[in-house]
Amino acid sequence: MKTPPLIRILADPRCMAGLDEAGWDVAIRQARAAGLLATLYHAAEGAGVLAALPERVGTQLLAAHHLAQRHFEVTQWEVREIHATLENIGVPLVVLKGAAYVMADLEAARGRLFGDVDILVPRGALADVERALGRAGWMQENRDAYDDRYYRKWMHEIPARKHAERGTVIDVHHNILPLTARNKPRADLLWQAARPIAGFADLYVLAPEDMLLHSAAHLFLNGEFDRGLRDLNDFSRLAREFGGAPGFWEGVRARAGDLDLVRPLGLAVRHANRLLQTAIPETTVPEAAQGGTGLLDAILTRGLRPNHSSARDPGTAAALFALYVRGHYLRMPFHLLLPHLLYKATLAKYREQKLHDRNQELMEQFRAFLDK
Amino acid sequence: MPAAQLNSLSPREIRQLLDSPRGLRFDIGPFRVCVHSRLTGIAAHVHEMYGHYPLADSDYADLHFAVDVPAGLHGLLRRQVNFRFDDEFPFKPLPFAQARPFFEWGLNWCIATTAHQYLIIHAAVVAKGDHCALIPGRPGAGKSTLCAALVASGWRLLSDEMALIALDTGLIWPVPRPVSLKNASIDIIRGRHPEVVLSPSFTDTHKGTVAHMRAPDASVSAAGRAARARWVVYPGYQSGAATEVGPVTPCQSTLRLADDSFNLPLLGGRGFEVLAEVASQCSSFTLRYSSLDEAIAWFDAQAEACRA
Repeated sequence: MKTPPLIRILADPRCMAGLDEAGWDVAIRQARAAGLLATLYHAAEGAGVLAALPERVGTQLLAAHHLAQRHFEVTQWEVREIHATLENIGVPLVVLKGAAYVMADLEAARGRLFGDVDILVPRGALADVERALGRAGWMQENRDAYDDRYYRKWMHEIPARKHAERGTVIDVHHNILPLTARNKPRADLLWQAARPIAGFADLYVLAPEDMLLHSAAHLFLNGEFDRGLRDLNDFSRLAREFGGAPGFWEGVRARAGDLDLVRPLGLAVRHANRLLQTAIPETTVPEAAQGGTGLLDAILTRGLRPNHSSARDPGTAAALFALYVRGHYLRMPFHLLLPHLLYKATLAKYREQKLHDRNQELMEQFRAFLDK
Repeated sequence: MPAAQLNSLSPREIRQLLDSPRGLRFDIGPFRVCVHSRLTGIAAHVHEMYGHYPLADSDYADLHFAVDVPAGLHGLLRRQVNFRFDDEFPFKPLPFAQARPFFEWGLNWCIATTAHQYLIIHAAVVAKGDHCALIPGRPGAGKSTLCAALVASGWRLLSDEMALIALDTGLIWPVPRPVSLKNASIDIIRGRHPEVVLSPSFTDTHKGTVAHMRAPDASVSAAGRAARARWVVYPGYQSGAATEVGPVTPCQSTLRLADDSFNLPLLGGRGFEVLAEVASQCSSFTLRYSSLDEAIAWFDAQAEACRA
């Protein structure tokens, strides 16, 4: 398959000036499906080609840019709210992923869309944090007892909480990888290196090296690739922004060893360089060269294409399934994973049905009560 | 040279293009659409309702959508129909017989969720020359009936559903589409204006019975001509009521329009500024009426006063 036009654009935004109508017809749809339409606006602006784009294309990018600007403002506002809530109980927090790019005012935040706000808090403070968030309106959505226990016992985060009025979702983490994962980064190391955000007390983002490593870990130790290209582009943009500092990559490689994230770093460097021409010096991250067998490359190449029909081939479905299995395998040892998947495939459905029936019954009782 | 119109193609050619990988491409106001469908009903809809729209001989389209039967058994049995926006299915399937209204509702959704280059207000828009009236209206207020009657009486249709306000100039851009009529208003319009082209009626939709009125040729050929908002009219149809016009302050009007906006929260401050500017350059009224003739006469008088 030819390289999808969206990937060519992300690798070299200047090529937008030469893209023909048929190319744009596909690129715009791929970008919308990948959540990267506003990123193209920003990239075109940066490359100085915005004015040279076909008028209709420029208009689509502008519309997406308006949406992304709003996402940026809302994310900022939401982080302020969360910070104010936790400041009241004296708990520090690190903002992670997209919201961190916003708070640190990084390139990677420009033209990006944001979903949940992810934060990291000390594990010992989790109970207090949950109570405070609940009081401030963030409610736990999923109340299923099995899921709740699963999260609390094995995961690096607690069940997502959604704000009752604004509908915004917050993910509270105490580490960046599940407790059961093969790779075991130490949260205390992340805290030691975290950088304060000017103007706020006890509000931090990860150190640049750690931010980059977290981005790689999130992408390559996860089973879901529907936002794969967006995440790889995040990594690439962080790499371009931080990478110029002398000795930066040596520092990242050393840090990856300390945090047990060498493998995802190697994969991220390899694929950012291959697909997005990020130009990270591979001599400093030798693992990028031994990125694995041709098979893993082939699978990841498919997983990292935009999630759009024009970028799929007959191997895509199998590749995505392989990545899903791989993600689970990396997150949980088999003796935990098998019972979990079995439960999800059988009992969970049975329990859901029972819960549904019970709810129906209650509704009917309630209606009967109203009719009286 | 103006672009060829859709009805330069035979119904058979329209059907073939709709069913081809490239799809049928044409321009609806500022939007270049690419439509796919295997259904003869959709081919008929496009032929009857969009025959006078300009074909787009272009490899690029803004909105790609399809109205089609689902794959598999449901498709074979022709029980249901899906709306697909590019790769996504934003709605649950509808009964097969509602394919044509689904085309219109689905396209409304595509525009309202992507066209954030505009501030979009849920309102009908009609114009005399380059002055236009915004007619916002909650369901049942008679917005579409009034819009259809005005358009059939010589007003230019910009939209029966959404006002597209340019953020930089505050001008209203036309997106002329078939006017959606519901229930009793279908026969009212048919009775008043036997010359208008109406689609078949579709019963038992979630809006009751619906039919579409073809947009006039003149409105479609003026789709590239933006208008300045001059009036905001909040209609309230009330059976047997005498025509009564009441004033609305620009401030009240701004807030009411904000309430009827599809994407104001998304555009934030910039959207609010242009909205306030539009509301302050307009005269705003409530219009209670039962006689369409009197309502139209009132609109005509406003336009006349404006020209004088």
